[in-house]
Formats: sequence, C-alpha cells, structure tokens
Amino acid sequence: MRVVALFYRRLPSPLHATHAAVGALWAAALTVAALVLSHPLVLGALLAAVLCAGAGAGVGRQLARSLRLAGLVSLPIVLVNVLVSRQGLTVFARLGDLGPFGQGDLTVEALVYGAVIALKVTLLMLVTTLASLTVDPDELLRILRRLSFRSALTASLATRMLPVLAADAQRLAEAQRTRPEGAPRGARGRVALLRAMIGGSLDRAMDVAATLELRGFAGAHRAPRLSRPWSRHDIAFLLSAVAVLALAVIGRFASAASFDAYPELHAPVSAGTIVLSIALAAAVLLPFADRRGIDG
Amino acid sequence: MSAPLLCLDHVTYSYPGAETPALDDVSIAIEPGEFCLLASLSGHGKSTLLRAACGLVPHFHGGRFAGRVTLAGLDTREHGPARLGGVAGVLFQDPETQLVMSSVRGELALALESRGHGAAAVARGVEEVALALGIDSLLDRSTHDLSGGEKQRVALGAALAGRPRLVLLDEPTSQLDPVAGDELIGLLRRLNQEWETTIVLAEHRLERCLSSIDRVIALEHGRVGCDSDPQAFLAWAAERSPALQTPAAKLFALAGLSPAPAGVRQARATLRAHDLLPEEDPARVDRPQPGRSTENGRVRRSQQPPAALECNGVWHELRDGPAILRGVTLRVQPGESVALMGRNGAGKSTLLRHAAGLLDPTRGRISRAGRVALLLQNPGDYFVHERVADEAPAQALAAVGLAQMAERNPRDLSGGERQRLALAIVTGSGDEPALLALDEPTRGMDREAKAELALELRRRAGRGQAVIVATHDPEFAAACADRAILMADGRVIADGTAAELLAGGWYFATETARILAGADGVLLPEQGAELLRARQVDAGVRAGTEGPGEAVLDAPAIGRGVAR
Repeated sequence: MRVVALFYRRLPSPLHATHAAVGALWAAALTVAALVLSHPLVLGALLAAVLCAGAGAGVGRQLARSLRLAGLVSLPIVLVNVLVSRQGLTVFARLGDLGPFGQGDLTVEALVYGAVIALKVTLLMLVTTLASLTVDPDELLRILRRLSFRSALTASLATRMLPVLAADAQRLAEAQRTRPEGAPRGARGRVALLRAMIGGSLDRAMDVAATLELRGFAGAHRAPRLSRPWSRHDIAFLLSAVAVLALAVIGRFASAASFDAYPELHAPVSAGTIVLSIALAAAVLLPFADRRGIDG
Repeated sequence: MSAPLLCLDHVTYSYPGAETPALDDVSIAIEPGEFCLLASLSGHGKSTLLRAACGLVPHFHGGRFAGRVTLAGLDTREHGPARLGGVAGVLFQDPETQLVMSSVRGELALALESRGHGAAAVARGVEEVALALGIDSLLDRSTHDLSGGEKQRVALGAALAGRPRLVLLDEPTSQLDPVAGDELIGLLRRLNQEWETTIVLAEHRLERCLSSIDRVIALEHGRVGCDSDPQAFLAWAAERSPALQTPAAKLFALAGLSPAPAGVRQARATLRAHDLLPEEDPARVDRPQPGRSTENGRVRRSQQPPAALECNGVWHELRDGPAILRGVTLRVQPGESVALMGRNGAGKSTLLRHAAGLLDPTRGRISRAGRVALLLQNPGDYFVHERVADEAPAQALAAVGLAQMAERNPRDLSGGERQRLALAIVTGSGDEPALLALDEPTRGMDREAKAELALELRRRAGRGQAVIVATHDPEFAAACADRAILMADGRVIADGTAAELLAGGWYFATETARILAGADGVLLPEQGAELLRARQVDAGVRAGTEGPGEAVLDAPAIGRGVAR
C-alpha cells in the first residue's frame, strides 16, 4: 500500500506558479464564496469550477479522492437534517408518531437544505485540499516566520513530517506483518505496538531536534523579506480572487441568487442566476487558461 | 603552523545513565583543510566524537563531560550548537531526519535565514551551494519526492549552505548504493581540494574513502588507538584491529605483500610494478558461465527440483505512478544463497516484499515452497516489547546467539545484535522458513558484524534454506552469496554466479575483484591472495629462468610471507 499523496508538490501549473500568499488568498476567496452563497445552482457551478481548477492544477486525481471522502461526510449530514428538522411544509414521507420526538414527517425543504449544507461542506473540503496541494507551505510559513519564527517553523516541520511519519507507520506495520505469528493481537499487543510507534516517533523527533539546533534554531532571527517579482499568474489569480469575492457579495444580496429553504422552498432560477453561476465559474477558471511562463 | 580548527583536549564523556564513557581521554587537533577519516567498530565512539565536535555533546545529549573542545577558537562548553553550527556543518546517517522543510529551496535557505542573513545573501547562498553540489535542478522539487541519494545531497547542501569551515559527516553513505556513495565521496574530496573545507568523515566502509583522505583517526573503546596517515593506519589495523582492514589491505597481507595499499589504484600500481597483475580479459564479462541460464525458465522444469521461490513475469504497477517491477522472472532453489543488487529504486525491496507476500503482483505469478521470512531494513521496527525474551522464542534466540541477553531491552542492543534479534523474530522457532529474505541487513554494521551475519546466512543455506539478500555492499554479497542478480529499473538485467557478476564491474564489484580485474572470478581477499601467491611462484620460476636481476621475490616492496 502506498501513502496517499495529499501534500504539496511543485507542479507545472499556473496556480503553482503564483506566490504562496496569492494562492492562499485565492483559496480564501473560494472559501468565502462557498460560505456566503446558498443557491444550489450557484454552489453547483462553484463545485464544478473547483474540480476543473484541480484538474488545471494537475491535482485532479487527488481532488477526486477528496470528493469521494466528502461524499461520505455529506450523506449523514443530509440524512440527519431530514430526520431531525421539523421545518418545511412539503412532506414526502411520514414515519408516524416518534414518541418524544413528535411526528416523523420528512420534508422536501429539510432534504434540500441538508443537501445545500452538504454541498458547502464538500466545497470547503475540496478548496482546503486544493490549497494544501498547490500552495507552497514553506513560502507561506516563511511569511508567518517574519511574525513568529518558532511557531511557523514548527508548523513547517509538522507539514513536512506528516508524510514521513505516515511512511514510518506503514514500515512498522509491514514489519509486524512479517512476524511468523503476525502482528501482536489483543489489547496488550496493541498497546505494545502503539508504544513502539510512539518510541520510534520520539527517536525521530530527537534527531530532527538535533538537526534544528545545528541549523541555528535556538538563535533564530526573523526571516528576511524575499523580493520575488510578480508574474502574470500572480496578477491573474489576484484578479480572480477579487472577482470571486465580488460575485459572492452580489450573490448574497441579489435576488437572482436568493435561496430560502423554510418554510417553503424558494430557489428561483432566472437568467440572473445562470449569469452569476457562469461568471463565478469563469472567474475561478480563467487564470488557468494562460500557461505562459510555467516551468516543466 | 596555523591554529587547529578543531581541538579536543583530554575529552572524556559519558551519556546519561551510561557506566562506561563513550569517549575516554581523547585528544586530537585537526588543522584547516584536512580530510580526516574516523574509523572504529560500531559503538566505539565515532558518532559521539562528531557530536562533541559540534556541541551536541554535552548541550543536547546531557551526560558527564570532562576536558575541552574548541571549534575555531570557540569553547563548546560556552557556545551551543546553534552558534557552533555557523562554523561546522553536520550530516548524519539518515537524511530523512535532516530535511525539515517541504521544498529543497526552503531547506537550503533555512540555515541562512535562521542565522539572520539578508534576502540577497540567502538567495546567493542557496544558488551557490546548489551549483556546487549539482542539485540546482532539484531546487523546486518537494523534499518528499527525492531519492535517498538526492536527499543525502540536499541534506549535505543544507549543512554547507552557510559555507562552514568544517564539515562533520556520520556514515553518510550507509544508505546509498555504490554509485551514489562514490559520488558523495568524490564530492567531499572536491570540497576539500577546491575550497579547503575541512572534513571529518566517520565511515565503516573504509575502502570507499581511504584513497581520498589525508589522515585516519581510529577509535578503540572511546580512546584514540591510531592517528596517522592511511598507510600507517593500515599497518596498525593489520596488527591491532583486523576488522578495520580494507579488503585491499587484507589481500596484500594474506599474499605477503607490503605496503598495504590505500585503494585500488595504488594496489594495482604495486602489483603491476612487480608483474603480479593478472591480464585483463575483456571477453570474460560476456562469456556465459556453465550451469546457469541467464534467463530463468529456459531449463526444462521437469529437470529442476521444486523451487523455494518462483516469480513468473511479476509486475508491480502503481495506480498513479510508474511500474516498480517489470516482468521479473526468477527462480531460487532450496539451499541457494542469492545477492540482489542494484541502485536505489531499482526494485529490490519491492521484489522482496512480493516474495514474502506483503504485496500482490499487478501481473504475473509467485509461488513459494513454504513460509518466507522477510527481514526488513530497520530491525528496530520489529521491537515492541521491553525484554528481548518477549520478542522471540528462546529457541530462536539461542539460534542467533542471543540467549544470554534475554533480559536486556531490545533497544539497548548494538547494531549487530539488533539485527540478530530481528532475524530471530522473523524466523521464529517453529518450522524453518523455506526462504529467508533480507533487505539491506548490513546498514551501519561494522565489518565484524557483517562477517558474522554472512556466516549465519551461509549456515542457513547449508541447512537447505534458500537465502536472498538485497544489498549495496559487494563485499558482503561476495561473502554470503553464490549467485548474484543485478536489477535496474524494475528488471533483472543480469543473473549469474557471484563470481561472474561481482568480478566484472566498477561499482558492483568487490575491491579485490577490481584490483585483480576480475581474474578467475576472484572476489574475496582470501581467494585473491591465493591467486597472487601462485603468480609469485610463477614469477619466481620465470625469474629463475630469465636471470636474477629480474626477480620479483627480491623486489624491496615485496615483504614477508613471499613463497620461496
């Protein structure tokens, strides 16, 4: 089995070519849009755009994996909302008297509202995955190191060590599988295994700490400001972030993207809704159209 | 004479809770521009000395410290590793624990940034060190994606980024294949010669670096046993610590020749000067050896006994990556001992995992005659208990000679003992495994421990167990295997007797074979010495017929033990 690669790798894509701060800002704009907007069609367009952006950044496969995970999370959200919500007027199933929970009437409004929440959760998960795969953590944390060197370096280290520790755990599990009697079983066996894993991690932590000492961690200075010229991709993604934020604000307050689940479903699809959806998707995806100056 | 860059003055040091000191009254002075080798058996103080030199001892490890260490005039008792790190760059054995950042560029920049260098100085420092080490193409790569050799280079780059005057290296080649190992030593030599960087290198495989260095400091039980040039060190090792002898030195000693050579070139020059160098036969490498088909399966199956392991066209293809194994076909007979060699990433470890059933082929078929015991690279991964006795049955412990250590903590054992305990764990006490597979079992082991392990593997093969060992160490391969397989890019590219395969190359060849140019398939110093003695006799006979002035036996460089 291989460790799933859900961490940053430099790839030849417009998003990878931006400054980390710009990439993070762009991802933050997508997050705001996902939180602020509620119309299912607009959210659907945003979801499609994020998936296409993942493909454009060369991380489509990882994003698809994240989408599957989001699906697993979304299903209970929808189910719980349908079962728990007592709002909505359009009943599509009656479960009868549920004692202290009252009448078990399942409504279309609760179903749709649950789906919209699930869509938002899915979007947040995908945007987080996309950001972690495309925004250089070293560069991002470098900016934070100007504020707090040690905290940021510790965060860098955690980012770097996650895949290493995952590989360690996999190695340990393999070693235990090669015992003639198999891996230790029972509670005591599991505790022993856990202790071995923690022991191994501490050994590694000691070595890393020694390395950091020698690299001057104890007397660390603030990281210098690096002046890297802004590329066309930085400008494109910055404009994209501004556009996404603006469209999110418009969508929040304009009637074209209004959405109310209760008491009765209200999600009008007008030309304005369609235009907003297309504009949002275009704002997300347009920076990926220009691939000039990308290495690799 | 300039002031020493590193000076240890009567240094005695014990780790916390240790009864015996790891360093015992050590006094050495290392001048600027020297290239020093630290040699010793495992656990005799090499790593501790390096850690004392950079201030990790005592600041990081604690313990009892006496004496004085000064680095570029800075007393390590007064200055911590962070301050001393500006003068000394350090590279440890495992590159994985030395890479802190996610990208190579970030890694190289970290030490410079944390020492307060400005943006321009950081950018320049990163660029220069990347160019010097030939890793400029890796700058924008993720550290996680690098190969072992690349990681070690990047870690070295991070240690060198601040242009330290001294570089301390603790067995940096132990995890590298012979090619990457030689490249790293070449790189160190260049740093030393072109930039006068002082280098202190701790290493077990002395033959890899002895010809490149100026001075050897040998430690015995934490004390300086020998501090001299390579030639004098070899003479000392022959007398006091034969386990530290290089194969070339052992070859010369057994053949009764002197002086002991520091490397292949010097050995060949000496042999050539005395007409003892066997003639090279360029056709030898390609000549098929009797009794083995290079493509398994050509021999009719009905004529073969049942195999301990049979792989038929085994592929291992990653779902979202390249193929790691590409149609490997292999047959290992009971009682056969096989060395699996190749560069890092050639597919050796994956093949062993398939052999043990940890992985399933994406194509092809594997059949086994019985249980396969697989010993993975890190013996520590097997230890889950506090007592040796709890890890493996008493019978298995006795079989590997650890019965008397039953009450010890597995993590307190030496490298060789840990390896033997892991062997006891995977082999168990019940039915003998049909195949014993070992993945790089000699990492960090000294020559003595390797010899013991090779003997144990020979014993097991003698009992009819098939043994397959993935190793980067040609000397160990020659000592423990009759057959060698060379892998590259997931394929078996050569399969033959050990003599056939390990005698005919530059990298995947023993030092003895390289000295004797693979003559007669000789791999080990003992065999080489026999060959040389026979040639000395021939030369003596020739000298007798050609006239006394040409006599090899009278040559001053030929010393004791010459056949007369």
